[in-house]
Amino acid sequence: MSSNVTRVFSLGLLATGLALGLSPGGESRAAQELRIGFVAPTTGPFSQIGKDMVNGFQLYLDEVKGNFAGAKVTFIVEDEEAKPPVAVRKVEKLIRQDKVHMFIGGLLASTGYAIAPVSTRLKTVYVASIPAADDLTQRDAAKYPLLVRTGWTSSQPNHAFGEWACQQGYKRIAAVAADYAFGHEVVGGFQKAFEDCGGRIIQKIWPPLGTIDFGPYIPTIKKDADAIFTLMVGPMSLQFPKQLASAGIRKPVLGGGTSYDEFVLPAMGDEVIGHVSALQYSAALDTPRNSAFVRAYRAKYGKVPSYYSESNYSTAQMIHEVMKKTKGKWPGAEQFVKMLASIQLETPRGPVRLDEMRNPVQNVYIRIVRKKKEHGYDKDELWNSVVKTYPNVGQFWKWKKEEFLKQPVYSRDYPPCKYCE
Amino acid sequence: MESRRNLLIVAAVLLAVLLVTPHSGSYIIVLVTHALVFAILAMSLDILLGYTGLPSLGQAAYLGMGAYLTAIFATRLQFGLDWTFWLVVVMGMAIGAATAAFFGLFAVHAGGVYFLMITLALGMCVWGLAYRWNSLTGGDNGIVLPPRPAFGIDLADDVTFFYLVFGFFVLTLALLYLLVRSPFGRSLVGIRENELRMRILGYNTWLHKYIAFIIAGGFGGLAGVLWAHAHGLVSPEDVVLATSVDALLMVVLGGAGTLVGGAIGAGIVVFLREYLSTLVPWWQYVLGGVYVLTILFLPGGLMSIPQRIRNRRARSGGAGEAKSLQSASL
Repeated sequence: MSSNVTRVFSLGLLATGLALGLSPGGESRAAQELRIGFVAPTTGPFSQIGKDMVNGFQLYLDEVKGNFAGAKVTFIVEDEEAKPPVAVRKVEKLIRQDKVHMFIGGLLASTGYAIAPVSTRLKTVYVASIPAADDLTQRDAAKYPLLVRTGWTSSQPNHAFGEWACQQGYKRIAAVAADYAFGHEVVGGFQKAFEDCGGRIIQKIWPPLGTIDFGPYIPTIKKDADAIFTLMVGPMSLQFPKQLASAGIRKPVLGGGTSYDEFVLPAMGDEVIGHVSALQYSAALDTPRNSAFVRAYRAKYGKVPSYYSESNYSTAQMIHEVMKKTKGKWPGAEQFVKMLASIQLETPRGPVRLDEMRNPVQNVYIRIVRKKKEHGYDKDELWNSVVKTYPNVGQFWKWKKEEFLKQPVYSRDYPPCKYCE
Repeated sequence: MESRRNLLIVAAVLLAVLLVTPHSGSYIIVLVTHALVFAILAMSLDILLGYTGLPSLGQAAYLGMGAYLTAIFATRLQFGLDWTFWLVVVMGMAIGAATAAFFGLFAVHAGGVYFLMITLALGMCVWGLAYRWNSLTGGDNGIVLPPRPAFGIDLADDVTFFYLVFGFFVLTLALLYLLVRSPFGRSLVGIRENELRMRILGYNTWLHKYIAFIIAGGFGGLAGVLWAHAHGLVSPEDVVLATSVDALLMVVLGGAGTLVGGAIGAGIVVFLREYLSTLVPWWQYVLGGVYVLTILFLPGGLMSIPQRIRNRRARSGGAGEAKSLQSASL
């Protein structure tokens, strides 16, 4: 009988040993080491995007042999499963267990909103390379002093896009978009600029994030709309145009950047040719910098880089630039944020600098899906051909910052759908 | 004798957790705290699954109600961030119990797989509310909580918060232990074993089950309040079916009808999920494998291992040899 007690005690001892063994071995952080934590969804429906994110960063690291101006980079990737609570736990692990200097990434806008407070709470730099949640660098910017965004705000390219659509002569547009913060902000930005210029959004349809059967939604699209504005993410991007085409709808389709991003474009059929979208990047961008990036990326990973790859590649490039100035020494969280925010750099997507709220000011490209040859590849493929460039677009577009910040953040109900019938 | 020895073992393990945790790495402290919160949820579910024989797939709903209540009060009314935290604990339990009282009206009539389906559906209703009622719950973004309450002691400190959660865990364990040992608890077991017979004996079995359902909901609400503060974020992702399933598996893994089994299961699942996932990408297979093996070879859960070993020894050695072995070891 007493053997039972010993067994339980030995189990307890084992657990104790485990607990002690797991605890980090004090301040073993080398002076010239840069520890970077990275969260991306590497399993689940968003894993393809997650891989693009990691690969982008990794490509840059490999180019410089993991050495940022003398600092050896330790790059730790954690799977956040595209779930905000999981991302919070993984970031806590990176900070507490791995003692990272900064963490990067997160995919969904909701994940960005969830992990930004962790950076404030645990006093660690957060570089938002992908989450585009507007308020991180707008109304809530003051809450996150250690956050720098190297990606974009959801509405940023879509302000320009709204104006472009209006200038093309579209008058009445129906929106179909994924029902979460990112979708709301993309549609909101488009709607605001489009309606400011005289267009009308006549309908908003919100399929839940992750919808792959659009059967219930497509038939409800108004017949008298001039065009459809869509915002899809992940696997949704692939399904929507396909089902739209098979439903026989031939209206022009405009889309938020992620609807036609290169992570999904090669898998799409010819039904998407002619669809237009807006983003701060296109793999078809014809600059020497981008061409070199695309060729290197494709040679290594066998596919064309998406904006998810580019954004993280450029992020690595920006961090390297800061480390060059400090000669490989970690300058401390606050100083690092200050230095990163003052970077001006030529990246694959074009020139990037950050505004005073630590969000990039960058080109926005209007892109049409075309089947052609690019970058010297000898096969006809689908590319996002750039038809117009809006240079140096900031997150407030042509509006005054103060006035813009007075309006509420774009949501399902803002801007109100004045012309919905 | 038997039960006193078991109590001593539980007390010793608890003491070990209490003494060791604060001295481990700060990430371990967070993990143990999370595990304890889930242990409360699993034990509340064990009242239904293990003692009453009601397999509920909706336990996350009560966690969600408690967590959202905490988050909404904290962000909208700045309520519950000082000593009023204790009021929020009471209200969290109340809202969990009230939700269960409402859901119970639909669910408790059913039995077996129908009970499973109804609780699943009701749980999804709470998820739907969390996901769709944007103006109140923040929709998909969820709600980020302000720093943890401070009332003389500052819960923002992770060790202090661990002590608090540990206290609630021990309290829950003690209360539920008393409950299952009470005449009420014994009649629940009676219902599990043979409801018809209990009814013939004159017990109002519906009422018994209904009350058990409400009690489970109340402790689920408590887990929710603690979860909100432990995690700093309340999201619809916390209320999804997977959370309910996890709770169910924690109980089955540890051993249904033992209370502590749920706690052990919670510890194992949380550590596998949070720690193993940082080491290997195929951690889900490990978790899945553990579940399958447990159900195939250990239907009584991990808590049934000592009993099984004892049985095997008695069987293989024969009575005489077992006795001689025992005397030899003495």
